Amino acid sequence: MVDTSVTLSGIRLDNPVIPASGTFGYGAEFAELYDINCLGTFSFKGTTQEPRFGNPAPRIAETPGGMLNAVGLQNPGVEKVIAEELPRMRGFFHKPVMANVSGFSIGEYVRTCALLDREEQVGWLEVNISCPNVHGGGMAFGSSPEAAAAVTRAVKAVTGKPVYMKLSPNVTDIAAVARACEEAGADGVSLINTLLAMRIDLKTKKPLLANGTGGLSGPAVFPVAVRMVYQVYEAVSIPIIGMGGVSSAEDVIEMMLAGASAVEVGAANLVNPFACRDIVRDLPGVMEKYGINSLTEIIGGAHHG
Amino acid sequence: MTQSIYRIQYNRQLTADVWEMRLEGDTGAITAPGQFINIRLDGLFLRRPISICDWDGQGITIIYKVVGKGTAALGGMEQGQELDVLCGLGNGFDVSRCGERTLVIGGGVGVPPMYGLAKALLRAGKTPVAILGFNKKEEIFYEDRFRELGIETTVTTVDGSYGVKGFVTDALPEEYGYFCACGPLPMLKAVYNAAATSGLLSFEERMGCGFGACMGCSCRTKYGNKRICKDGPVLEKEEIIW
Repeated sequence: MVDTSVTLSGIRLDNPVIPASGTFGYGAEFAELYDINCLGTFSFKGTTQEPRFGNPAPRIAETPGGMLNAVGLQNPGVEKVIAEELPRMRGFFHKPVMANVSGFSIGEYVRTCALLDREEQVGWLEVNISCPNVHGGGMAFGSSPEAAAAVTRAVKAVTGKPVYMKLSPNVTDIAAVARACEEAGADGVSLINTLLAMRIDLKTKKPLLANGTGGLSGPAVFPVAVRMVYQVYEAVSIPIIGMGGVSSAEDVIEMMLAGASAVEVGAANLVNPFACRDIVRDLPGVMEKYGINSLTEIIGGAHHG
Repeated sequence: MTQSIYRIQYNRQLTADVWEMRLEGDTGAITAPGQFINIRLDGLFLRRPISICDWDGQGITIIYKVVGKGTAALGGMEQGQELDVLCGLGNGFDVSRCGERTLVIGGGVGVPPMYGLAKALLRAGKTPVAILGFNKKEEIFYEDRFRELGIETTVTTVDGSYGVKGFVTDALPEEYGYFCACGPLPMLKAVYNAAATSGLLSFEERMGCGFGACMGCSCRTKYGNKRICKDGPVLEKEEIIW
């Protein structure tokens, strides 16, 4: 029997597979399709202090090997998430969930995290300082080590839950941002968020997305994500949640060899709603194929001797 | 919603760029006319949403216009090939809301879901009246199929080359109890403004997943934010914000 379990800040996960925020809602749509308790956990839809509609349509465009999105953090707001989504989630998901939080000011991050800190269901806070699709916030905090550290310190001061800072790939040196988060007290880092990108419609001669730019995700970004996880693993000693274009059990193992302690799966969920269930199912067989007895033992394996 | 493999029974051309495809497979997830399927195609990352024209216990009929890479790939497929399909997506038309004499208005590739709706209305003992709008005579399809159902059918063409000259709104009858419409946005808007009764309108939007997960196709309505793919594509006239 191979061991698929991993640990994130003292909380054991049956396996490292975590649907990524923004591709899994608050779980309900997928719980209708399969028992989502087979997952390690899931990172719920990016939640802000106030309700948000997000950006105008079109918000989605296709790319070779992936897609662009410019949803813009549509969510019902933290109060409604706590009043409605979390109680509903208790009906179909019985593991600690990862709460993904976004904001437009340090004060907003703090208030949203403080509210979610009281929720027993929440195992970890994943603090998004890297959304490329909102203006005047989001990615701005993830763009400099100083700003990333400031958000980390402020959030850590109001929660006892493990805090994972979700980092942007749209920076010169992601390792420097990761180090700043670690020094400011982050329990871990999540990477990568989407890559800032654009498509232009030849018929209209204008950007395909109403927002102009969007975030690139899908298999096209996987090698970029592996490289960044590898670099950040060399720079920090806190756990890394790796993501970016992961769509198979093989990808999960590759990401863990680069240095990830757990792995998020994003765009793949939108194409195959059963993607995460299938990856969880396939993991033991793929581990056996490559002579892996325990996933925990392979974390960062690509770095050693 | 179900995910399963369908086998192409036939794929035939109806007009210069409109095709009809029959897919054999599980239709158990279909709950209403106006729902859609989402088709995975080799080499394309996102699935392609296509409305269900008609269905029975053995399979689904879809009609699509070749406009981009996805529909071009569909047009090149042949009998016997298999497709990975998510089936039974969206809310569809609620037949119980429709009045005794309901206008079934379709424009261009908005016509196909109205065929399944017309059949469902007939099954419910109601009297659908069809108005089908096209640009010109050469683009007309399914007129005969609607007539075979034995329902009153009017065809409009923008250039007057067949039927009533003008838009679907130029063919609205004096009396009707309800309307259902699917077609390009300008047509939906015109129908919305011209309609004397309550009704249902089916919308199109670029989608990521097609089953409510990604928030890629959200719109604002008077009843709150809705996802065209999951809470739609059919919206009530009263909730629409243009």
